[in-house]
Amino acid sequence: MAGALLEITALEAGYGEVQVLWGISLEAARGRLTTLVGANGAGKTTTLRAVVGSIAPWKGRVVFDGEDVTRLPAHAKAARGLVLVPEGRQLFSAMTVQENLEMGAFSKRASRQLAARLDHVLTLFPRLGERRRQRAGTLSGGEQQMLAIGRGLMSDPVILIIDELSLGLAPVVVHQLFGTLRALKAAGLTILLVEQNVHLAFAVSDHAYVIAEGRVFTDGPPATLAALPEIRRAYLGL
Amino acid sequence: MTALLAVENLRKSFGGVHAVSGVSFVVNEGEILGLIGPNGAGKSTLFNLINGVMAPDEGRVIFRGIDITGEAAYRVARAGLARTHQIVQPLAGMDVLENCTVGACFGSENLSIGRARDVARETAVLVGLEDRLTMSAAQLTIAGKKRLELARALSARPKLLLLDEVLAGLNPTEVEHMIGIIRAIRERGVTILIIEHLMQAIMSLSDRIVVLNIGQKLAEGTPAEVANDPAVIEAYLGDPALAEELHGSP
Repeated sequence: MAGALLEITALEAGYGEVQVLWGISLEAARGRLTTLVGANGAGKTTTLRAVVGSIAPWKGRVVFDGEDVTRLPAHAKAARGLVLVPEGRQLFSAMTVQENLEMGAFSKRASRQLAARLDHVLTLFPRLGERRRQRAGTLSGGEQQMLAIGRGLMSDPVILIIDELSLGLAPVVVHQLFGTLRALKAAGLTILLVEQNVHLAFAVSDHAYVIAEGRVFTDGPPATLAALPEIRRAYLGL
Repeated sequence: MTALLAVENLRKSFGGVHAVSGVSFVVNEGEILGLIGPNGAGKSTLFNLINGVMAPDEGRVIFRGIDITGEAAYRVARAGLARTHQIVQPLAGMDVLENCTVGACFGSENLSIGRARDVARETAVLVGLEDRLTMSAAQLTIAGKKRLELARALSARPKLLLLDEVLAGLNPTEVEHMIGIIRAIRERGVTILIIEHLMQAIMSLSDRIVVLNIGQKLAEGTPAEVANDPAVIEAYLGDPALAEELHGSP
């Protein structure tokens, strides 16, 4: 456990004139599952976007594996293994399951082991193997989420960042996906997860950050956080 | 307490989506009523139904004892009900004073242009825009545009003011300032119905809170009552049952 793989310091970002993040600092420890929770509009997705480079941070630093990557473009971050599974999946819906997975291995580094990674993903999600030739847009919500995670894994992530895992999915699928996350973590993968269901997030994570109004409201091991009245305060203001 | 506004069993669907499905509540004269709920709860749609941007499929809107259901927005404004928009809508080619004057001209009183300008200047001062009266609305900062949005609505001299996320996008100092302005507006006798995502702000501003979730009223009460309501907590934090199976498993 060599400390933080991803270190975010005093991150500020927003859209146009509107500032959303007001100095977010957090860490994702190597080999651990870290979660961000917080109400709608708290800044969770914006944090992830600024980290992976799909929006440019206004201020602050993002250090990944000892390297300052704050100003790197998104594709350069992805090539280093900083991989986002975006909210709403964002699949190539007219492409097949297999083609979507191959798109994940777009970087030079990931493309070298394409066949092996594809095997790995299809072992992890046998359902995707059954539907290899099917267009992504015809999959169920749960299958689409599996495909989105599978595509992320095809990028050979050093850290897998997932924005909203459970949103809109049936409980049985949610449990299956969280089981997969645990298996990935057991295999050594570092995971940073945004999850709207606080109870789910706390049940699976090693460390959790509660975000409110563009700031870190509180953080700690879920067992200690769950009992805190601060959690309710972060969401409901009282 | 007298009801200034009563919405009764309001319903509105867009295709198959039930944005508002059977919501009833009352806004009492002189109070600040907060309307909260997760994204997609139906808050802004409810505002649109109340001020006549769209007509409900069912239900009634009673304002000052008169049924205004489905009335055009300009007539609702004449009746004394003004609103701000979440995405600010300044008349970009006009300056601050002109924007507010337009609000005054189409408000609750039939004002001459000269008198409308006086009212406009007065409200611009109230929201702290007195030194930018001749500045083009397009050139204001986001905080300035938010204040202008508020000033223009207020220039209509409403009895009831609907505020849709006037604090969104403001920095902490600007939020504090805006909260002070909202309190001052209420002190002048204007009743306020407010939607806001900044929870600490809305909880401290509001006398009562109505919680919407998936188009329905989930709870109603004082800020402390709703913040302690298990159904409200579940709507915001998620269903605890989903996590139960995961606890204990490796």
